[in-house]
Amino acid sequence: MDSQKKSHLRDYCIALGDDSLILGHRLSEWCRNGPFLEEDLALTNVSLDYIGRARMFYSYAAEVEGRGRGEDDIAFLRDCREYRNFLINELPNGDFAVTMARQLMVDVYDMGFFAELAHSRDPTLAAIAAKAIKESSYHLRRSEDWIKRLGDGTDESHERVQYAFGQLWGYAAEMFEMSADEQQLLEAGIAVDRSALEENWTATMHAILKESTLDIPDDNWTIGGGREGQHTEHLGFLLAEMQFLQRAYPGLQW
Amino acid sequence: MVVADHNTDTAQLFELLSTVVDPEIPVLTLQDLGILRGISLNDGEVKVTITPTYAGCPAMETMRADIETTLAEAGYTRVTVRQVLSPAWTTDWMSENGREKLRAYGIAPPLSTACGQPSSQIECPQCNSSDVKLISEFGSTACKALYQCQLCREPFDYFKCL
Repeated sequence: MDSQKKSHLRDYCIALGDDSLILGHRLSEWCRNGPFLEEDLALTNVSLDYIGRARMFYSYAAEVEGRGRGEDDIAFLRDCREYRNFLINELPNGDFAVTMARQLMVDVYDMGFFAELAHSRDPTLAAIAAKAIKESSYHLRRSEDWIKRLGDGTDESHERVQYAFGQLWGYAAEMFEMSADEQQLLEAGIAVDRSALEENWTATMHAILKESTLDIPDDNWTIGGGREGQHTEHLGFLLAEMQFLQRAYPGLQW
Repeated sequence: MVVADHNTDTAQLFELLSTVVDPEIPVLTLQDLGILRGISLNDGEVKVTITPTYAGCPAMETMRADIETTLAEAGYTRVTVRQVLSPAWTTDWMSENGREKLRAYGIAPPLSTACGQPSSQIECPQCNSSDVKLISEFGSTACKALYQCQLCREPFDYFKCL
């Protein structure tokens, strides 16, 4: 593989790892804060699945890069503008409705995305996808169930989850926008055509919202930039907390 | 240089590794779980291939270390433990023996027919009733869900089908 393709592949893997790690970190913030014990366990278990996914993507990226970096270097020694995650993953958890609304949007996306990535010509990416989709199907079952309960719940839960979707909806568009580098990887049969996932995503989301007695939010605004390293103000605070120990004591090992 | 009988020696290694257990569920060995995918021995160098269960399973690190320790204690100092991701681990690889051990330990074993769907065939490991209720999709570990038996009222973990 030529070195340009290699660096695109590395960047692709890092971006996928970033999506996973940042969302995994957000979910870990629910630890000991869950509304009840079983839910605390559920949220943190999902978080663990994401962190494991990030490890696989980062390890592979480091291997492709071949410059001696490891998963920890990639996770802890990059600042905001080097992170490539979708913005939706870095948004604060908000209340339980916001967390689950975001989770549903991501889970529906992940199911579509990993189904395609499992056919990648890159065997490692295909293998990661084959594992990820099994876990995501449990995540989706959970988030879909919660949205239906919250939407078709009390007046308060309905109001909160409706508001949540209204705040998050415009962050979805970014998940379906391809970059030029990604396009090249797509032509090589390695990357997924994310733009082709939008139709199904929208249809699935609409169906779930309807069943949950929720209105489809306005789609007259979108916000993106994550894959270019342009982030919301939230990522800096997240990384400051997540990376603190490694930055304060570089190279420290457990 | 001793030329080892390849077959005999890997049989020995398999037996050695049959003592390595899941740290969270100590009745299950690597082989019961279907995690151990291969062992090779060449010129005294051992290569062990394992595959991870769940992406974020923290027990994998412990098991990897246990493999190295177990082999080192038996005199094998040149050991490489390698993780393969493909084919993706599935609970279908869990041995029948493993399933029985889980049940005896108080954890309902995974059903291979019902991946992704709550199942009406899950039985309480205490009283065998199938009148069970799902409390949470996620339990004490990522691989388990929490159920409660409606007959004897005991809660129990179910090892999820993956």
